Amino acid sequence: MKNKAFPNASFGTSLRGALGNYLGLIAALVMMVMLFGSLSEYFFSAETFITIANDIPAIAVTAVGMTFVLIIGGIDLSVGSVMALAAAVAGIAMMQWHWPLYLALFVAMGMGAVAGLLNGAISVTWRLPSFIVTLGMLEVARGAAYIATDSRTQYIGEPVEWLSSPMLGGVSPAFVIAIIIVAIAHLVLTRSVFGRHMIGIGTNEEAMRLAGVDPRPIKIAVYTLLGALAGLAGIIQSSRLEAADPNAGIGAELVVIASVVIGGTSLMGGRGSVISTFFGVLVISVLEAGLAQIGATEPTKRIITGCVIIAAVILDMYRERSRSRRT
Amino acid sequence: MSLPPLLHGESLGKTYVTPVLSDVSFDLQAGEVLALTGENGAGKSTLTKIVAGLIPPTGGVMRLNGEAFQPASRRDAEHLGVRMVLQELGLIPTLTVAENLMLDHLPSKAGFIRRDVLNEAAERQMASIGLEHINPRTLVGQLGVGHQQMVEIARNLVGDCRLLILDEPTAALTSREIDHLFAQIALLKQRGVGIIYISHRLDELQDVADRVMVLRDGRHIDTRQMSEVNQDDIVRLMVGRDVRESLDRPRRPAGKLALEVRGMSRGKVVQDVSLGLHHGEILGVAGLVGAGRTELLRLIYGADRRDSGEIFLDGDTKPADIPTPMSAVSQGIGLVTEDRKTQGLLLPLPIRVNATLANIAAISHKGWLQPADERAQVNRLSDLLGVRSQSIEQPVGELSGGNQQKVVFARWLHRDCKVLLLDEPTRGVDIGARADIYAQMDQLAEAGKALLMVSSDLRELMSVCDRIAVMSAGRLVKVFERGEWTQHSLLEAAFSGYLASGTATTPSSTEMTHH
Repeated sequence: MKNKAFPNASFGTSLRGALGNYLGLIAALVMMVMLFGSLSEYFFSAETFITIANDIPAIAVTAVGMTFVLIIGGIDLSVGSVMALAAAVAGIAMMQWHWPLYLALFVAMGMGAVAGLLNGAISVTWRLPSFIVTLGMLEVARGAAYIATDSRTQYIGEPVEWLSSPMLGGVSPAFVIAIIIVAIAHLVLTRSVFGRHMIGIGTNEEAMRLAGVDPRPIKIAVYTLLGALAGLAGIIQSSRLEAADPNAGIGAELVVIASVVIGGTSLMGGRGSVISTFFGVLVISVLEAGLAQIGATEPTKRIITGCVIIAAVILDMYRERSRSRRT
Repeated sequence: MSLPPLLHGESLGKTYVTPVLSDVSFDLQAGEVLALTGENGAGKSTLTKIVAGLIPPTGGVMRLNGEAFQPASRRDAEHLGVRMVLQELGLIPTLTVAENLMLDHLPSKAGFIRRDVLNEAAERQMASIGLEHINPRTLVGQLGVGHQQMVEIARNLVGDCRLLILDEPTAALTSREIDHLFAQIALLKQRGVGIIYISHRLDELQDVADRVMVLRDGRHIDTRQMSEVNQDDIVRLMVGRDVRESLDRPRRPAGKLALEVRGMSRGKVVQDVSLGLHHGEILGVAGLVGAGRTELLRLIYGADRRDSGEIFLDGDTKPADIPTPMSAVSQGIGLVTEDRKTQGLLLPLPIRVNATLANIAAISHKGWLQPADERAQVNRLSDLLGVRSQSIEQPVGELSGGNQQKVVFARWLHRDCKVLLLDEPTRGVDIGARADIYAQMDQLAEAGKALLMVSSDLRELMSVCDRIAVMSAGRLVKVFERGEWTQHSLLEAAFSGYLASGTATTPSSTEMTHH
């Protein structure tokens, strides 16, 4: 079981315990960085760093929401399409109505939240598997994104650029936003009533209901939150392209789910960590960038990435088993 | 004796981190029923799992008919005729009885199942153990729990069976089915089958067992001839101290009406039930399995939808609105579910989380948890109830049944409910923890709480309750006052609904699942 702080544990031991939870992921990251560094002389360069730092925010914010959805025992396949739809709507707001970026951000997140709300409300009301509902939403949102963009990449340009342009120390605002969201989500999961309820629902929904906790509004809120975060990811992605592309985010749901699962969140629900998810995102991004650096072809990249995902889940299973045997 | 015993175990032990079984030696003769008993966590399951090949011992040896016996797996043990009926049913509900019986050797031709041969063989099999009234073509999921249990036992008798382990086989059975099971056990004994029989129900052991073996804390305490001991002796051996059940305690003074049910109905399962529950009393609900007792509690709690009926709280003239468990809890009603593992607890999560689930407001501020408050409150409850654990951070799935149930109680104490609905609160709970739970219920009643308790254990109801309502075939047939009842009169009432209807249906075949 998770190494949670015992009542009499000092701050030092609980900190060590917390780091211990992430040790495996950190070790994997260090090993990957060293491997790619030794294989390519260009790996330790500003460009690689920027590529990775630019890759991270959109995946990271979506993966945070996906972690919550997996924890309550659901899944959301529609996030890639929702990203494109939200970016398209935000693009219209900025280009046609000349709204400022911060309002466009609200529009994007609002659009995403509506999609997420529908996912949640439909699967909860009719007790449908979220896999099927969000598979439907994947098509609906993609279609809507085509309509909104008139099936063409809509150039946005300067208004949205700021999000992904480097600030002090070469870090973009999007990166800072992603880090803040990871931190807040970690607190929500570990310290809030909402987080406690999510874990409870993922562990045994019927027991939660019979304990007097209504799982339905909580589940709907979790899907809505993921939708909003996917909307945010959509506008972050469009800021890198400086355009709203109706084909943006195709397959993003798989990268996001892979990151979350590499981080050790259980697909069965009830167990997961936002910080571990962030490390999972790093693993995927470093792998992508590193493989590109050493000149791996697209097919090779995909084969290796796929193998890493499966290996990570097998490793996590053994880790979890040895943990439950110890206690 | 010239013949070696059927099974001989010599200083068997099993150590995980700490020893759970140490230095246990025993013999089992052919044609003998050896009762195995002890508190939960005493090592009964561990010992029988070793015999059945489910887990290897970390010490000791076994001999079967004088030959070394080291089963590497359950399959291995079954090849040698050693079989175990597990507490959890191992049947596949979507397959028929016949398919379940013959699962590993289905008769087939060119890959297709030969149904005629299969069903005929299954029919013979069922008839040989007196279950000819169950059609082998029925889906197992459509049978009541009791019949499922019988099919499970039947499955283990397919083929060669020399040693049979029964783990709490009567937990889900009605008394009629128990009689039937005992008749089968007598037949098996005649065939020379040795039986290890685990049960908490001591009266039952006296009927069925030849010898009784008592374990405590993983050690062998004693093995006696059943004819030489009474129930009190066994209890003393199990807990190492005296436990007295107060059968002749006076009735508690009843307070005002806490909850009144009028005309509660749901299909045929619960029909027009009305009853009143007072502050400061424990009202028992007796009845056979399938009489509608669990269903009645769930209707009151809003867990299932009712067809008709009203609930009045605290003598109100206006009916209370309780459509969901959420509203029941918010109005001060709590439910201790029949099956704590699937409906009560979050097994992988710590005691701390499970105990505060129903009243998270008490440990949070503006949506944020207050860990220090939570730890303090849970530690206090855990001490109050005497939960035996490493710490409140221990996952409840690792606790014994009795301690798990204490955690469920802790949850409702934390919530401070006015009305507590208890469904089989001591099922699978060992005698020591049982006494703690009775004491806790007593204190709750003393504090003016109203308790409504369903139990299949009449002795328990008679010792704990102030009044006992008896349900039969979905109806509430009679309410007894303390002092009015006898075991006989309670049983008579419990059967009355089935006799009056004049049909041949057994209680368990009319039973409905809760989902």
